[in-house]
Amino acid sequence: MYDKGKIIAGIIIFLILITFPIWYLTAHSQTSHVPSLETPIGNECIEPTNWMLDNHMKLLDSWRNQAVRGGNYTYVASDGKEWDIALTGTCLACHDKAEFCDQCHSYEGVTPDCWSCHISSPTSGNSTASGNITGAQ
Amino acid sequence: MDVDRRGFIKLAGIAFVGLLAAKPIFDVFSRAEAPKIAAETEVSSKIKWGMAIKIGNCKDGCTECITACDNIHNVPDIPDPKHEIKWIWDANYEEVFPEQDSPYIANSLKSLPVLVLCNHCLKPPCCRVCPTGATWKRADGIVMMDYHRCIGCRYCMAGCPYGARSFNWVDPRPYIKTLNPDYPTRTKGVVEKCDFCEERLAKGLIPACVEACTEKVLVFGDLNDPNSDIRKLLATNYSIQRKAELGTGPNIYYVI
Repeated sequence: MYDKGKIIAGIIIFLILITFPIWYLTAHSQTSHVPSLETPIGNECIEPTNWMLDNHMKLLDSWRNQAVRGGNYTYVASDGKEWDIALTGTCLACHDKAEFCDQCHSYEGVTPDCWSCHISSPTSGNSTASGNITGAQ
Repeated sequence: MDVDRRGFIKLAGIAFVGLLAAKPIFDVFSRAEAPKIAAETEVSSKIKWGMAIKIGNCKDGCTECITACDNIHNVPDIPDPKHEIKWIWDANYEEVFPEQDSPYIANSLKSLPVLVLCNHCLKPPCCRVCPTGATWKRADGIVMMDYHRCIGCRYCMAGCPYGARSFNWVDPRPYIKTLNPDYPTRTKGVVEKCDFCEERLAKGLIPACVEACTEKVLVFGDLNDPNSDIRKLLATNYSIQRKAELGTGPNIYYVI
């Protein structure tokens, strides 16, 4: 192989450069910004937190189909509790959009377009904010 | 490539270890289990929702039903008539029933305001032309809109002979006086219309316009139930439908 030294040195420099973020993070032991979520205290989410972390988008998608396409506005959680299928009325009754949803979504560069229609504050306007549990109505 | 016995055993060993690793890796990426989805539809096919409107019974200048609908559904009040959004509104008798217009139309009917809304047709042309399934006929007769799926092609508006559909040419949010957080707004680029308050029906409530009317001009009910108020009213009164000759089977009946 011609220019063996140059080629191998080049490959090593390339590998160092391309893995720079990893070395940089290792040296600084932390990323510059990690999302910090303001989670509601004392309240368990409608499903276990870890499950929600993985599945909230799938749950919301199935909610959308159940409510809009199926006309079913009640979700039965795995613990048997019943909840209104409502993004603003149920989810945002506990969670704050800016302090909760946006934290991870901005960090991950995810831009769900929920909020172009759904209202991000459950108390805006002349609301009679509906209860969480269907039975309470 | 020449593989000797020794090399082959090495490769086979590596491949075996790789296969063993596949399971834990698969488990990590598939730990999300899909949410349980309830039955496809909860809508009863035994019901057929319809509405009767008693022409001429409205109080002069009363807009209670329109206001109630607009407030509950976050219907914007856009001054530009080219951009306006309408779910339920009123129009002159001869515009609502153009085939009944004549030079000698009764004075009591001429320019009489008549409430109009989506007819929730038996054979809705809007649903036939929708390319994405964003609008469809539910089992209980409601012509429903799924704003998530609407791509704003406006075929449905061209298909609807009643002009019951409105397109959001601009962002409607700034034109909504008080937001009702329990109901979403719409976004620029989707078509919207009356959905017979299906979200209220699901909770056992009657449509907002019917509830708001102080004169009992609007009668809502199940057209399949012979004992319902609407069927009793239609059985004892003469009623007409808008452009029934088109074969759309409108489910809004106008009682004369």
